[in-house]
Order: sequence, then C-alpha cells, then structure tokens
Amino acid sequence: MGNIVLKQITKSFGDVQVIPPLDLEINEGEFVVFVGPSGCGKSTLLRLIAGLEDVTSGEISIDGTNATEVPPAKRGLAMVFQSYALYPHMSVKKNITFPLKMAKMDPAEQERRVAAAAKVLNLTDYLHRRPGQLSGGQRQRVAIGRAIVREPAAFLFDEPLSNLDAALRVNMRLEISELHQTLKTTMIYVTHDQVEAMTMADKIVVLQAGFIEQVGSPLELYHNPRNKFVAGFIGSPKMNFIEGADAQKFDAHTIGIRPEHLTLSTTEGMWKGVVTVAEHLGSDTFLYVNVEGFDAMTVRVNGEFSVKHGDTVYLSPDPEKLHRFDQQGLRIA
Amino acid sequence: MATAHSRSAARLMLSPAVILLLGWMIVPLSMTIYFSFLSYNLLMPGMEEYVGFLNYEYFLTDPAFFAALFNTLMLVGGVLVITIVGGVALGLLLDQPIWGQGIVRILVIAPFFVMPTVSALVWKNMFMNPVNGLFAYLAKAVGLQPFDFLAHAPLLSIILIVAWQWLPFATLILLTALQSLDQEQLEAAEMDGASFGNRFIYIVLPHLSRAITVVVLIQTIFLLSVFAEILVTTNGGPGYASTNITYLVYAQSLLQFDVGGGSAGGIVAVILANIVAVFLMRMIGKNLEA
Amino acid sequence: MARNVSNTRKALVTAVAWTIGILIFFPILWTILTSFKTEAEAIASPPSFLFFDWTVENYVEVNSRSNYPLHFMNSVIISIGSTLLGLLIAIPAAWSMAFVPAKRTKDILMWMLSTKMLPPVGVLIPIYLLFRDFGLLDTRIGLVVVLTLINLPIIVWMLYTYFKEIPGEILEAARMDGAGLWDEVVHVLTPMAIPGIASTLLLNVILSWNEAFWTLNLTAAKAAPLTAFIASYSSPEGLFYAKLSAASTLAIAPILILGWFSQKQLVRGLTFGAVK
Repeated sequence: MGNIVLKQITKSFGDVQVIPPLDLEINEGEFVVFVGPSGCGKSTLLRLIAGLEDVTSGEISIDGTNATEVPPAKRGLAMVFQSYALYPHMSVKKNITFPLKMAKMDPAEQERRVAAAAKVLNLTDYLHRRPGQLSGGQRQRVAIGRAIVREPAAFLFDEPLSNLDAALRVNMRLEISELHQTLKTTMIYVTHDQVEAMTMADKIVVLQAGFIEQVGSPLELYHNPRNKFVAGFIGSPKMNFIEGADAQKFDAHTIGIRPEHLTLSTTEGMWKGVVTVAEHLGSDTFLYVNVEGFDAMTVRVNGEFSVKHGDTVYLSPDPEKLHRFDQQGLRIA
Repeated sequence: MATAHSRSAARLMLSPAVILLLGWMIVPLSMTIYFSFLSYNLLMPGMEEYVGFLNYEYFLTDPAFFAALFNTLMLVGGVLVITIVGGVALGLLLDQPIWGQGIVRILVIAPFFVMPTVSALVWKNMFMNPVNGLFAYLAKAVGLQPFDFLAHAPLLSIILIVAWQWLPFATLILLTALQSLDQEQLEAAEMDGASFGNRFIYIVLPHLSRAITVVVLIQTIFLLSVFAEILVTTNGGPGYASTNITYLVYAQSLLQFDVGGGSAGGIVAVILANIVAVFLMRMIGKNLEA
Repeated sequence: MARNVSNTRKALVTAVAWTIGILIFFPILWTILTSFKTEAEAIASPPSFLFFDWTVENYVEVNSRSNYPLHFMNSVIISIGSTLLGLLIAIPAAWSMAFVPAKRTKDILMWMLSTKMLPPVGVLIPIYLLFRDFGLLDTRIGLVVVLTLINLPIIVWMLYTYFKEIPGEILEAARMDGAGLWDEVVHVLTPMAIPGIASTLLLNVILSWNEAFWTLNLTAAKAAPLTAFIASYSSPEGLFYAKLSAASTLAIAPILILGWFSQKQLVRGLTFGAVK
C-alpha cells in the first residue's frame, strides 16, 4: 500500500500555471522529499496529492486506483500541517481520536490505537491536556499521532518542522526518520530546507517553478546534479560557481566546486585570494575568500587550519569533484 | 484555494442568506417604486391609478419636505458634531491612567443600551418637562424661568437626546482606536520636542482619522432613520419643527394613508441614504483588502 | 510602556472622568431611583436624591395593571428568536465566504452590507401591506422574520471577521481526517468559533431588543415588545413618573447588563470589523 502515481498533472490558479505537466511515481514505503525554494510549487503539489486542491488536468492514482476525483477524506492519506492544525478545543486524546471517530471505528479499537500511538510518541502523560498547554515539539507529536492512528496509505508532511527551534528540529527530524523505519509507510515530505531533504529522504524531488529539476537519492543529487540549479540548491555551504576564462579552461560555460572540494594552501594553488571572513565552527572552518577576477568563494577547511581575516591564500579544486555546466546550465557529463 | 467539491458546497451554504437578503431588498423596494407612481390611498381601496411622477412632484415641492430635509440634516449634523467632539475628548480622558477606569467606562457606555423609546420618554418627562422636570427645578433653583424644551426648541431637544444615546458609541470606538496607538510614536514625538497640542494634531488625530470616518458614516446611516425619539416626544411638531424625512414618510403613509405619496418619499429617503452609503462602503471595502 | 504618572495628576484626571461618567449615566440612575419613589415624591420639589421612602409598589403596579410580562416575553422571543434564526442562516454563509472565498465574495459581502443601509422607511409601506395581507401584523413571528432580515448582514459580517481568524489549515486537517462538511462545521468550526458566535449573539440580541422602527410600526398590542409598550407611556400616562421609571428600568435592565459584558465586541460588530 502507498504507491502514488502522478500522470501529466497540471495546476493553474486562474491564468497562472503553477504546475506545468508533471509526472512522478512514488513507490510503496518510500520517504520522498519535495524540496525547492519558496514558491516553487512543492506545497501545491502536496495539496494536489492530498485532494485539498483539484488538479487542472492529469491523473493521480493511489495504489492503482484513479483518485483524481476522490475527496481528501476518502483518499486514505494523512497529513501533518506546518501549523500542526490541532483542534484547540479538543484534548490531545480527542485530537488523536478525531479521525477514528470520523471513520466510525469501534470505540474499543479507537482506545487501543490511541493508546498505542501515544506510547510511540511519548504523549501518554499529556492525553488530557489541550494543545495550548503543550510545547511546540509536543504539538508536533500530537499532529503526527493524529496522522498515524488511521494507518494511512501514505503520510503527507507540509514543512512540519519550520515552526520549531533549531535544536528541536534536529530531534524531530530523527523521530520522523525513526517513525518511517518502524512503520515503513510511504511518506511525502515538503520542505525548503535541503538539510532536512538530505538527511531524511530516500528520494528527493527538486522543484523549481513547478518543474521537477531532478529526482534521485540524496547522494545522487549531491554527486551528479543534473543542472546548475540542483547543484546550487543541494549541499551546504553552497557550491561555488565560476564563469568565464577559468571555466573555459575546463571546456565549460560554468564550473562548480563545492566548498569541501577546494584545497587550501598558503603557498601555492590555482587561484589566489584574500580571506574576508573566517567562521570557526570548531570541527570545520568556513572561509570566505575574495579571489581576483571573480566573486567571493566559500571554502570549507578543517577546524584546525588557522587563517584569519586579511590572509592571502591559494585555492585549488579537486579535479575529480569538479562539476561542469553548459550555457543552459545543464551538466556536461 | 479549494476544490470544486468544496466550492459547490460553499455556494449551497451561502445561498440561503443571499436569497433572503435579495428578496428582502428587491420585493419591497420594487413595490415601493411601483406604489410611488400610483395614486393610492388606503382609505380608498380599488381607486389606484398611474399618475407618473406626480407623487414625487407633490412630495418634493411640499414645504414640509424642505422642513423635513433641513431637520434631517440638522439632526444628523448636530448629533455628529456633539458625539465626535465629545467622543474624542472622552476617549482621550479615559485613555489616561485613572482609578476605576472600568467602572467609568461602563457608566459612559450605558446610554447606548437604553432603548430609544425609554430614553426619549425619560428625557421628555423627567428632565425636559417645564413643570416637573429636573431641568425646570434647576432653572428655578438659580432663579431662572423654566424653559419648555420640547415646545420651544423641539429639534435641539431631540438632537440632545439622540446625541446622549450615540455619544457612548463614538467614545467607545475612538477609545478603542486610541488604545491601539503605539505609545512609542508619542514618546518619539515628545523626544522630537512636540508639545501636547502638537502631538495631538500631528500624531493622535491622524491615527484617529479612520475611526472618526467610520463613526461618522455608521452614525449617519442610523441617524438618517431616527424615528422613535420623534414619535414619543414631539410627534414631529409643533408643525413640522421636528419632523425628519423618516417621520414625514411615516406620517404621510400610515397616518394620512397616502401610500403613493409616502412611497415617493420613501424612495427619496433611499436615494439620500445611498449617497452616504457609497462613501461608507468604499471605506469598509478598502479595509477588506487591508 | 505606561509611564509613572504622579498621583496628584492621576487623582485629578480620575475626578474629572468620574464626574463626567456619572453625569452621562445620571439619566439612567435617576430613572432607577425614581422607580422606587412614590408618585408624589417623584415630582417633589426639591427632588429627593436618596433619602425618600423606598418602595417597590411601582413595580407591583406595572406588573399587575399593564401586561408587562407579556411585552417582556415578546421582547425576549423576538430578540432571541431573530438572532438564533439569523445565526442559523449566517453561520454557513460566513463559513463559505471565509474559507472558500471566490472572486465575488467581496462583492457579496459589500452588497449584504448595502442592504443594511436601505433606510427602513423606504420599504415601510410594502412590508406593512404584505404583513396586513398575510395576517402578520402584530405577530411575533412577523417581527422575528423582519428583525432577522435587517440584522442578517451584521451577523454575517461579524461571523465572517471572526471566522477569518481561524486558520484554514485546521479545517483542512479535519477534511484530511475524514470529516465531511457537516462534521467539519459542527465538530471543528463551530466549537472553535464559540467566542465569536457568542459575541455576535449578544450584540444582535441587544440590537433587536432596542429596535424601535419596525417594532413600533408593525405591532399593536399582542406582539408588542417593550419598545412599543414603553412608547405607550408617551400619552399623559407618562406623567406618572414613578411608574414610567419602573417600567423603563425593567425594560432596559437586562440589556444594560448584557451590553456591559459585550462592550469589546460591540466596537467590532458595529464597525463591521473596521475598528478592532
């Protein structure tokens, strides 16, 4: 259960086409992340799958049956919203029970499932509280609880961690990944944060302006980005791009080198530059180097490497890890 | 943002309200328009005939119409001036830190909840009555001749009564608006050397302008239709001295049974109200977008 | 941040504010006091303020002589009935406009408001004649219908502004959780909007209670609410100040109390959300 196929779907709001014809297959049990800058159509795509919006054309099938016209309640999907969308007037328990009550499930079974979900999510002690009395992370877990009790064909997550603080975000990321390991249910996860995408996904779908730029596993995208957009979007700090004469040396319109694939030397190298800022993170140091002839470059070096503002340094790319792009921004193999 | 399914549900759920209001607006209004072209008196049923614009001609050339139009404007204008000026002053006062602010607020807004017939009767009998009223007593106490308010200054008396009822409304809205004024703005102005008067003119008043507009427009809508206060105090008299358009139409149609003439008057009232309404709607419409 | 104000200044402002407050409230206070006087004391000169023989005989009189309980019940039935009926029609309409806005939603809202601006006198005659022909004159049901219609725009607007504050995601969550339209409105929207619905109800009960154009023109005796009942005191009977005061006190007391509770919502409701 949990195989979702999108065939040539489009979505327009009035005259504006936000999703051009798009095909995508999501396999059973996969953790798929839709990632892209804000406004890229990733949330719209998720809402189309959920049934909260109609597709303008095309077909959505869930587990082999055409679900294009099926209302959201009948698609067998569960969704976790960005704002959690908990019912403020209901206790945690009632929130989690709500979908089961709507399904007119046997009360004993309702009890059993809610208790099980609460246990998994560490919510047992909070069942009688209202959402307003919970912390952000707890609310998040209630929202997830409400989704898992239904045992849906797939989970849809719409930027679920964006309202949490940084530390909690890392925790919840792990919890959701673990949940996926346990339940083995298809999950579709929307985020603008490429770190979340890289750490959680089996399969990442990179979107821009409604177009799928690339679909692949995190490492595939990292190593073989199909174009400049994906190359720049995946990876942190961002890839450095160089155009012009230096790129032509490599027979490309643009070359891209990730900060971690530059070698730094104080004596010799391909490019000479001056350090403007050095961010010491402890394990790593990020250097922003002004190279003569082009923009600032970011370099990631070992935390032990001691450089400071104003130092002259030399940078050399690792030729193996260099990405070459043509005029259109497409990767040159 | 929704699906075709929820959109059709939405239309279905919206329709009762729309159909009812549409009916409420169209049916009687078109009947009024229709009657306004008839010679139609309730005392002479079956004698209705088409008379063209004759009813309008009579209504608009009747001296009573000019008196009523003047009175309507005076009533609306007078009450507006009193309530806005008073409301701003009271709002500023109540915005200060005072002991028992909640109670004073309750005292000040109380008149708004008094039904028009009660307030008119209480003022008429217990305050403005030239023999037993409290004002008469106060006048006598300081050696003045009691003044028969409703006989000698009927319109002014009604303006005072209505202003008393609406002052709380203006105060409440202006106070609410004042409380939303960012104190830091005032402190910044103070740092910039603005005196109290300057702060009022350059910061407070502009901040209140929107609330004042709302008060003016909404009160105007209600004040154009003042009725009960006139009915129970002066019956529009003496003569037409305190008759407004609403009361004139009422008198013509339900006291003289002249449906045709009354209808023409009703349409005139609708047109007058529409002029005000256009401004009000623009104002609220803008707010919808914000 | 409120600044520290010297206590002298605060005392001064307090004194001024209280004086003005009491002056504005005085007619109501005076009415209440007079209702406990005898008729002779009510017109005594000089008037006695607090030191008179307090009596409740006026209340007894008002209740026995006139049919006060009937008019009171009429007011209750008409104001609450029209408000509930209005809510029943307005909740779905406001739901639809707040959560499924279409291109014309704004126009419809504005149009609804515009019906409120139709001066009642413009449609007095047809309504009067229709009521006469359908036997609705001087009936509670007739007034309930009219007051529902005249207050419907305000109810829709108030609910709309409250519903707008409920995040749409919660309703979508309900839809994802398998709730149909009915469950969505009954189990999720309505409970969440209870405070908004309550204040809408309150404000509309107040407005209907005090409505004095249609109630005066469309009723005579049977269905007359308190507005019309009190208006009958404009005859020389009104010279019985103590009884007039007792009747008036009874007529305004319930709504005065309700009104004090709803003063915050009042601003929002009466300005159609333009001032919050």
